[in-house]
Amino acid sequence: MARRAAPEVNAGSMADIAFLLLIFFLVTTTIETDSGISRKLPPPQEDNVEPPILKEKNIFVVELNKNNDLLVEEAPMELKDLREAAIAFLDNGGGKGADGCTFCQGAKNPSSSDNPTKAVISLRNNRETNYATYIAVQNELVAAYTTLRNREAQRLFGKSFVQMEKDVKDVNYTGSKESLKEDIKKIQFMFPEKLSEAEPKK
Amino acid sequence: MSKFKKKSGGELPAISTASLPDIVFMLLFFFMVATVMRQNTLMIENKLPVADQIEKLDKKDLVMYIYAGKPSSRYAASAGTQARIQLNDKFAEVADIKAFILAERASKREELIPFLTTALKVDGETNMGLVGDIKSELRDVQALKINYTTRTGSATDNLK
Repeated sequence: MARRAAPEVNAGSMADIAFLLLIFFLVTTTIETDSGISRKLPPPQEDNVEPPILKEKNIFVVELNKNNDLLVEEAPMELKDLREAAIAFLDNGGGKGADGCTFCQGAKNPSSSDNPTKAVISLRNNRETNYATYIAVQNELVAAYTTLRNREAQRLFGKSFVQMEKDVKDVNYTGSKESLKEDIKKIQFMFPEKLSEAEPKK
Repeated sequence: MSKFKKKSGGELPAISTASLPDIVFMLLFFFMVATVMRQNTLMIENKLPVADQIEKLDKKDLVMYIYAGKPSSRYAASAGTQARIQLNDKFAEVADIKAFILAERASKREELIPFLTTALKVDGETNMGLVGDIKSELRDVQALKINYTTRTGSATDNLK
């Protein structure tokens, strides 16, 4: 018997099949956004706990009213200036003696914060404030902390704080992760994120 | 002179479509790799605000999603135009959040519970009152790790 050549399979409908699959995946899947500003809420409070006494000068009041206006220490401010103002407040280091700050590079203004470990940023918002505005303000305040932490990490350990946190998560990191975690703790101790949020006003 | 004879007729040669499946498969593989299966069908508008100080949520199975925003146009007739909360494909009230968190916790292994994060996917136009209510509910059930899910971009774009 003579060998018959295998008949060629018609591939014309291959494109149709692929299109069908493509459209199925386009419809059933989404590109997820899975990143954002991570925060920790304060634990629920018992009713009869007295709030700790803080000096007025160690509190940096950021307020958002119902018209989405930003008020910093009761004066209006543009959002783009908030980061600088928060850095100036945190890094002021106006304290003396035991309250003093050895690494601050700020103005050492005695009427502003004593020490970054004492400085508290108080964020107040109205119930009618826009969420997007609130996120913008949160972002700027977190950025202020990150800028200062980066600066100190660069000075003490020769790399930025953001890089250190990235290295801790990186499985291919070659150095000791234990000491890296210690270093991160040190920086976090120097600039603790003390961001207090009041209950929104009616 | 037949060498330079014009071809008879002006008909165009057929374009080969043999590589069309390859192109479509390429697109298909891109979408298969870059996207994930839809978990919840959103019944609300969900245009997230932008921020640049962001962290990535890496363990997907340890994230609980709470959506909030105005009901999208096809649900506006039944659900109203005020911002609502959505949990698992359904509109929910603020009081339902506690039950939702407890149910999510019950479905996870016990040693993983401290690592659970709540991702708040809230529309940028929502009032802070609703977000504040969600946060106080979360505080009450000790779900303290939260993440305001945002898109990447400059924070000043939020004010436009």
